[in-house]
Amino acid sequence: MVLTAQGLGWQRLGRRVLQGLDLTLAPGTLTVVLGPNGAGKSTLLQLLSGLQLPSAGAVLLDGKNLSSWSEPQRARRVAVMTQDQPLDFPFTVEEVVRLGAWPLQLPKPEERAHCHLWLERLDLDALATRNYLQLSGGERQRVQLARVLAQCGGDTGALLLDEPVSAMDLRHQHLCLRQLRRLANTGLAVLLILHDLSLAAHYGDRVLLLKGGQTLAQGPVGEVMTGPRLSALYDVGVDVSFADGTPRFRSFVEDDAFFQ
Amino acid sequence: MTQTGRLSPHLLRRLLLLLLPPVMLLSLLVGPVSLTPEQLLIPGSRDFLILFELRLPRLLLSLFAGALLALTGASIQALFRNPLADPGLIGISAGAALAAVAALVFGGHWLLGALGPLLLPLSAFVGGLAVTALVARIARTPQGISVTTMLLAGIALNSIAAAAIGVMKYFSDELTLRQVTFWLLGNLHRTDWSSALLLTALALPVLVLLLREGQMLNLLLLGEQQARLLGVVTHRLQRRLVLLVALGVGAVVSLGGLIGFVGLVVPHLIRLMCGPDNRALMPLSAMMGAVLLTLADVVSRVLVSPAELPIGIVTALVGGPFFLFMILYRQRGRLWF
Repeated sequence: MVLTAQGLGWQRLGRRVLQGLDLTLAPGTLTVVLGPNGAGKSTLLQLLSGLQLPSAGAVLLDGKNLSSWSEPQRARRVAVMTQDQPLDFPFTVEEVVRLGAWPLQLPKPEERAHCHLWLERLDLDALATRNYLQLSGGERQRVQLARVLAQCGGDTGALLLDEPVSAMDLRHQHLCLRQLRRLANTGLAVLLILHDLSLAAHYGDRVLLLKGGQTLAQGPVGEVMTGPRLSALYDVGVDVSFADGTPRFRSFVEDDAFFQ
Repeated sequence: MTQTGRLSPHLLRRLLLLLLPPVMLLSLLVGPVSLTPEQLLIPGSRDFLILFELRLPRLLLSLFAGALLALTGASIQALFRNPLADPGLIGISAGAALAAVAALVFGGHWLLGALGPLLLPLSAFVGGLAVTALVARIARTPQGISVTTMLLAGIALNSIAAAAIGVMKYFSDELTLRQVTFWLLGNLHRTDWSSALLLTALALPVLVLLLREGQMLNLLLLGEQQARLLGVVTHRLQRRLVLLVALGVGAVVSLGGLIGFVGLVVPHLIRLMCGPDNRALMPLSAMMGAVLLTLADVVSRVLVSPAELPIGIVTALVGGPFFLFMILYRQRGRLWF
């Protein structure tokens, strides 16, 4: 087990944002977190990455309390992409990605090769010398993802990503998620916050349904992502049908009065 | 030019190194009294004394003050992740000035004592440090430092400091009043060896220590959380930077008064030319700051010769409009409305 959360809770100004959450991120597993806005998904990621200290329970990295790890050690073991990326300086795409490789402390030529690999894999090689600030929102997101992936080296055990493809077009969503799937297959524990049910079902191994700061359900994708459960999660109707063994999700509103 | 439309930092460095000797020479030779080469070689002659007792320490001061102002500007911009931040804008210089004016007005007999020469820089440092810490504290949010709050707090602190300085001026006598007013305008004309050496002694460690933080500042530009996730112990880095910037700005303000816009304009110019990588930007800023402030000092000497314009007026007259153009350029992509 790379990362484990036990009885995790967090409150802010007396409001319980998260409570009683147990979660295990195992090597080689891609776990998707689903839930409505404000369910505590991003808070969960902040706690798992050590940006916030839990007000209850604990996060263990390799069996050791996360807060007892030093920042540099932690950065070599866990790579994290938060939703908010406040970079406001005119770095080139390649410069941004190379900042991501900093924790690895590679010699310059190796660092360049390592980063070029990620630029290529995420279809960014044509943008490498462009000014980051002049890119579109989806392109920026791809650059930030490449930066976080460039942080992964031999010691990296876990990868935590908060809606990493939310602004991307369909092709790049698949392109990026395939890379994450590949990383999971090579032995990384990957945690992914997503809103797209089809992408979640297609790329995930396990899924955690989070609502009102609590776990609604948790387990393998096929068992957990059922119509009734997803309907209860999002408070709208969700139908699941199967075509050639692939799940299809359709959301609908049963009663217009619901929105009034 | 590289592929990215940027000037290579090496080229700019060579250019600045080429500019430095003639600018230094200009600063040594230009002034109300023109020096003649043959006189200079006679120890004890008038020209010799002017060169070694007045112009040389003054050159040293303008070089180090310029380097410090530009480099602290670059550091503050990275610390607050805002290309338009400046020690002046967020009140650091005003805090340093307030404390220094207090020392001038109330210092009285201490100023004449053994610790006299240190009192002004020390109080300016404490004032600068207090304001920097206060601004950082006010602007602090769980997500990091809020730039808007910081600039608003800076406006408030600037006017509070200005008001407090006004009160002290109101109650001070003629002589002190004149001293304070002239000193606030920014000035290098009363430089002697003791102040030049004091600034050099303060500047060297600050410059060296700040120049080592280039890559850390790059990481900080990604965002405070992002830097932490990459393994940077951000609160320690921030504390280090705040201390060094306050020390640097305090040193310059105490010896040269308020010299605005160098810290804002120089790093910005370099960023436009060579990109935002602080590993290249910081040393280049220090060099260009030294060159530009020395040039500004020369201009301040010749413009109304044989009298002198305070150097703070020269940098504000050039830097102010330049800053406006920069804002226009950012907003509209051109230099006019």
